[in-house]
Amino acid sequence: MSIVIFALLLAAGFGFFIWNVRLVRQNILLGIDVDRTDHLPERFKVMTLIALGQKKMFKRPVPALLHLVIYASFCITQIELIEIFVDGLIGSHRIFRPSLGGFYTFMISLIEVLSLLTFFVTIAFLWRRNILKVPRLSMKELAGWAKTDANLILIFELLLITFIFMMNGADEVLYRRGLSHAENLGDGSFGFAVSSFLGPKLFGGMSEHGLHIVERIGWWGHICMVFTFMNYLPYSKHFHILLAFPNTFYSNLWPKGRFTNLASVTKEVQLMMDPNADPFAAAPEGTDAAPSRFGARDVNDLTWKNLLDAYTCTECGRCTANCPANITGKLLSPRKIMMDTRDRLVEYGNNIRQHGKDYDDGKSLLSYITEEEIWACTSCNACTEACPVNIDPLSIIIDLRRYLVMEESKMPVELTGMLTNIENNGAPWQFSQADRINWRDE
Amino acid sequence: MSNLRVPTMAEMMMNGETPDILFWVGCSGSFDDRAKKITKAVVKILNHCGVKFAVLGAEESCTGDPAKRAGNEFTFQMQAMMNIQVLNGYEVKKIVTACPHCFNTLKNEYPELGGTYEVIHHTQLIQNLINEGKLTVEGGVFKGKKITFHDPCYLGRGNDVYEAPRELIQKLDAELVEMKRCKTNGLCCGAGGAQMFKEAEKGNKEVNVERTEDALEVKPNIIATGCPFCNTMMTDGVKHFEKEQEIQVLDVAELIANAVDL
Repeated sequence: MSIVIFALLLAAGFGFFIWNVRLVRQNILLGIDVDRTDHLPERFKVMTLIALGQKKMFKRPVPALLHLVIYASFCITQIELIEIFVDGLIGSHRIFRPSLGGFYTFMISLIEVLSLLTFFVTIAFLWRRNILKVPRLSMKELAGWAKTDANLILIFELLLITFIFMMNGADEVLYRRGLSHAENLGDGSFGFAVSSFLGPKLFGGMSEHGLHIVERIGWWGHICMVFTFMNYLPYSKHFHILLAFPNTFYSNLWPKGRFTNLASVTKEVQLMMDPNADPFAAAPEGTDAAPSRFGARDVNDLTWKNLLDAYTCTECGRCTANCPANITGKLLSPRKIMMDTRDRLVEYGNNIRQHGKDYDDGKSLLSYITEEEIWACTSCNACTEACPVNIDPLSIIIDLRRYLVMEESKMPVELTGMLTNIENNGAPWQFSQADRINWRDE
Repeated sequence: MSNLRVPTMAEMMMNGETPDILFWVGCSGSFDDRAKKITKAVVKILNHCGVKFAVLGAEESCTGDPAKRAGNEFTFQMQAMMNIQVLNGYEVKKIVTACPHCFNTLKNEYPELGGTYEVIHHTQLIQNLINEGKLTVEGGVFKGKKITFHDPCYLGRGNDVYEAPRELIQKLDAELVEMKRCKTNGLCCGAGGAQMFKEAEKGNKEVNVERTEDALEVKPNIIATGCPFCNTMMTDGVKHFEKEQEIQVLDVAELIANAVDL
């Protein structure tokens, strides 16, 4: 019976996860194409250093160390799942223990030590967020769901660890009494680093029946939390644990100062500058009839990498904490740019699935991000430098500017003057180009 | 009439000469009174070292950087293509510029439009001149002075040039002090992204004031920069705190030119 329930749980857990991941992938691919498959060795290097090695996290050593504990714990704990799956599907109990011997004890002990550390780190994170109120973790864009999301993740982690210690602790007491369902190797104790102490302390006085119940709650609770957590990911900022890897792999490898070239503009400018061009000529064969929009009005005008960025963002706020505009009290927050992009993308994707490809809900990304935010950016790249997983809010800001300026002619009035000057006299100020070398004789 | 030797490309061509490097002066360096001094400091160093260079003069036009940062790709590409026509017409191979914005645009954004050049920042050129033994720098007036360097975003984070300006400052027998936010973590002066040409959005402080506070914290005699816009912003910041009597804001080129007594 329990095997059937476990198998169903497994199928449902993975099935639902795959289904959700597919939706996320569909959404990301709504973005326009950009080639990020060049320089593969360098891409692997960037991914290894930045995602796996968390290189950029260590700019802030304290949170980096705390984060590393949870990260290591998360990775190592996955190994234990192999045994849980096998036990669950064939009805065994600690099937690998007899054959793996000392290595088994070592692995479970390692998991226990890391889990215990993670327990305290998680509490430290809850404390930083809710009591210490670290500035970048208590800004206004996090009010509501974002804050709940963050706390939920931490509470899930606490539950997960509690279940692990219920499972191992109660089983340890049972094993000592020769009552565990694990094969008795006559050694009197599992010898796991934490639960061989914690188990007797917490559950030593319990009856056999009670211990079996605690052990089962721990075992089932653990695996249920694993599936809950996994399926929560696609709805949560916590998706970064998976997406950090592709996101860093597909990083922008150009110097940060380089902005993309708009090829659609190049075509038009070349036409304008070519004295032999026929302005009334029909578009050459093969060019698409509907010209693409200049810049971005909505999420589908951004690249798929921008959209992957949005799903990868875990809202840590390092970008915003380093943004000169935000530091000086302006409305702009690069983190909010990413959160808005994701929120709009989810809404946009759902609209398409429910109402068809051409549905217009009367909204756009510009319904989420205001012009005041867009124009406060100094394009200094502090946000892209600060991001531990190479997210690029700046390119979204610039694409929104491009739309506002080139499609709607909306910009701060002083910039209109600056642009006119450049067009008329080749400088952002009103000086004649002929006077450019007057300094030589002054 | 100054005694600077600044041939234009056209003048060089007429004499049948080809320069080794083009000095891209930029709009600020051409028109802004403060930045013109930086331009002249660069020229003094080039003259002193006998570098065969030329400027475009009236044939130079804005690189289009502020247009591109402001989102006007049309204006940017028009400027870029006109400049590329001129540069390619003169078969320019190597460019030096004292403005990180021109530097970034010429180096990174012109190649895709048909203009591929070796582009270096003036601090890199000066460093090369020292390395090649063409320029010897001793502390002179700056010996023992406390100097902090403000990283221009488009030189530092934008193009990973952090060391050239610092090595030059260290050549002055001066004490190089770093602000708490420096190099990759450096704070913007507030001028980039076309902000130079508009009022700032509503906030509780100007970015240049915030950045000047960083500088004042380390109590420098001199705030060094490598960008004419940063120079303006930091100078305004120092004035905001009424410290202009105690703290000078100078470009690295000016430091070197003064130290060599040019």
